[in-house]
Amino acid sequence: MNKVLLIIQREYVTRVRKKSFIIMIFVVPCLILIMGGAITLIAKSSGELSTLEVVKVIDESGTFAGKFHDIKNLKFETTHQSIDAIKKILIKDDNLSALQIPVDYAKKDSVRIFSKKKPSFTLTGEIEKQMNDIAINNGMLKNHIDTALLHSIKSDISLNSIEVTDSGDKKANMAADIGIGIACAVFIYISLLIYGSQVMRGVIEEKTSRIIEVIISSVKPFQLMLGKIIGVGLVGLTQFSAWIILSIIATKIAGAAFSAPQGTMMSIIGVLKNIPFGYIMGVFLFYFLSGYLLYSALFAAVGSAVDSETETQQFMFPITLPLLFTYILSVSVLFYTPDSTLAVWLSIIPFTAPVAMMVRLPFGGVQPWQLALSMSLMVIGFLFTTYVAARIYRVGILMYGKKASYKELRKWFFYKE
Amino acid sequence: MLSIRNIVKQYAGHTALSGVSLEVERGQIFGLLGPNGAGKTSLIRIVNQITAPDSGEVYFNGEKLNQSHIEKIGYLPEERGLYKKMEIGEQMIYLARLKGLSRDESIRRLKIWFAKLGMETWWKMKIEELSKGMQQKAQFVATVLHEPDLIILDEPFSGFDPVNAEAIKDEILELNRNGATILFSTHRMESVEELCDSIALLDKSKKILDGRIRDIKNAYRNNIYLIEYTGEKISFNGAQPFELVDETSGEDNSHTIRIKLKAGATSNEVLQYLIPKTRINMLQEVIPSMNEIFIEHVNQIA
Repeated sequence: MNKVLLIIQREYVTRVRKKSFIIMIFVVPCLILIMGGAITLIAKSSGELSTLEVVKVIDESGTFAGKFHDIKNLKFETTHQSIDAIKKILIKDDNLSALQIPVDYAKKDSVRIFSKKKPSFTLTGEIEKQMNDIAINNGMLKNHIDTALLHSIKSDISLNSIEVTDSGDKKANMAADIGIGIACAVFIYISLLIYGSQVMRGVIEEKTSRIIEVIISSVKPFQLMLGKIIGVGLVGLTQFSAWIILSIIATKIAGAAFSAPQGTMMSIIGVLKNIPFGYIMGVFLFYFLSGYLLYSALFAAVGSAVDSETETQQFMFPITLPLLFTYILSVSVLFYTPDSTLAVWLSIIPFTAPVAMMVRLPFGGVQPWQLALSMSLMVIGFLFTTYVAARIYRVGILMYGKKASYKELRKWFFYKE
Repeated sequence: MLSIRNIVKQYAGHTALSGVSLEVERGQIFGLLGPNGAGKTSLIRIVNQITAPDSGEVYFNGEKLNQSHIEKIGYLPEERGLYKKMEIGEQMIYLARLKGLSRDESIRRLKIWFAKLGMETWWKMKIEELSKGMQQKAQFVATVLHEPDLIILDEPFSGFDPVNAEAIKDEILELNRNGATILFSTHRMESVEELCDSIALLDKSKKILDGRIRDIKNAYRNNIYLIEYTGEKISFNGAQPFELVDETSGEDNSHTIRIKLKAGATSNEVLQYLIPKTRINMLQEVIPSMNEIFIEHVNQIA
């Protein structure tokens, strides 16, 4: 057992000491910081208008003047100045724009808005909405429809989705659930591939550099494989922890630096508060670890069977296929129907469970028995793949210059010690 | 010290070892000879517990081979290699610790060995920065650092230049004088003849010959002598106590002949016959080389 610890230590230390590892630790939080900044900026420029905008209305048709109503940070002023005179003032004022409504305003693209900078969608959208309302109103009047009566029966329906749970009703945040579900699926998919192939490359390195024979005259092949898998897994965990801690610090700093508009920030936080982070993180860790153990054992077996990385293709494909398949399904279909039969089965079968379960989890529809079954199958699954992989590995690492086929691998599996 | 009993090892499709038995005595330098593919490496891997035999047993110091013996064996495989991107010092410590040495002890011994072989400046270097010969030297140190009772060397001199090969040979002899048993394997049979006390010849998965080198050679002496003389060329008429195998003439009237003694004759009788006739410069018994013995033996079987 002591020797496995030695191997774990070497695998861990040599990887953590690498420059690329240290750089990656800082790059990812920086990316999150930049993304956060970008989101804040977008949030700022959309949604509500943040500064007072004045719109000068030049109404040549006489239909609209005076009928615009001001809203927060948006003020309409009717003017009789010529458009040329107003343009001169516009140049000097960022928050001023001019709306020119010609006589035949119904003609396409005939209504024009002038401003120094590009007007925001909120501004143009609001003006369009108000003008349409006024035009419809006028049309109704012209046709002798009682607008007062119409107004009284006008409705404004928007759906407020409520999930019924044991602990009472709560507001459903589909968007946030989808976002977190997909993020988890992508994250687990990528990390399984990255760390799995790190194990594989490690095995190939030992094989091609021929140190393997020296090592396994000291330890058993299984000990070496186990040590490598655990060592690389710990590197993964270290990386995750560093990212999480640094990202929290980064967003704290970013939050202070950008001082995002209270409204947007509060609503995002409000949404996220309803999602049980601790629970999701815990389950994520379990599926990362068990999924990693399951797949990296197979990756190690592939590494042992080949002489160079270019030969891995034919074996890599069937291994990554279930992962890729679930991943594609997850980001395209599964999140619409997180509790469908297909989704439930995918989240229970060990090879697809890590990705599928992470997609389903944020929606809250995962039954305790499903989770329990899925987790126990994951454990059985990785014990099984480790057993199979170890039998192939112990023979494969000593086979130099022999092109392995599936038939060959099956033979290796049945070799006696 | 090492007793290999009736080992059989089969791989799918071919037999690597069929019933091989060997005895290696403590303090010996034992040569495992044979052409490529004879089963040498398969046997060595079994002794190193890298693979297990299909049947048969290996005893180490009278005990059945088990995990505790790993620390008493040092192994230099034919396919050499170390971690390319790891510093030598770290790597040597790692390998020594895998063989059960403590960190401090391995550093202490490494310093001694590095000084001995002129490697002090290598400590912080990476393997990929070293030449092939230097890598081999480093690997040799890794093989013997834990002071094993049994040192197994698979094709030890391949890859060394003559100077380093000589240095390594001296180290091996010194280790042997200090009590280590050495097991060599090589297909270049002439190269270890002078080093080994005993040998075993493997061919096509079978042991065809083993024993002390002296005994083997005695058994294979076939009464052939090489004689050089100066003077008139002698013509032999059949009355001499030997048969002429071949003769060559050199400069200054010197002649070399190869003869085979007739049954019951001795070299003394040859001299008595020749001395009155000419001046003898040399008489030497021609002892067959291991290579010749091997070829002869294989031909006999075939």
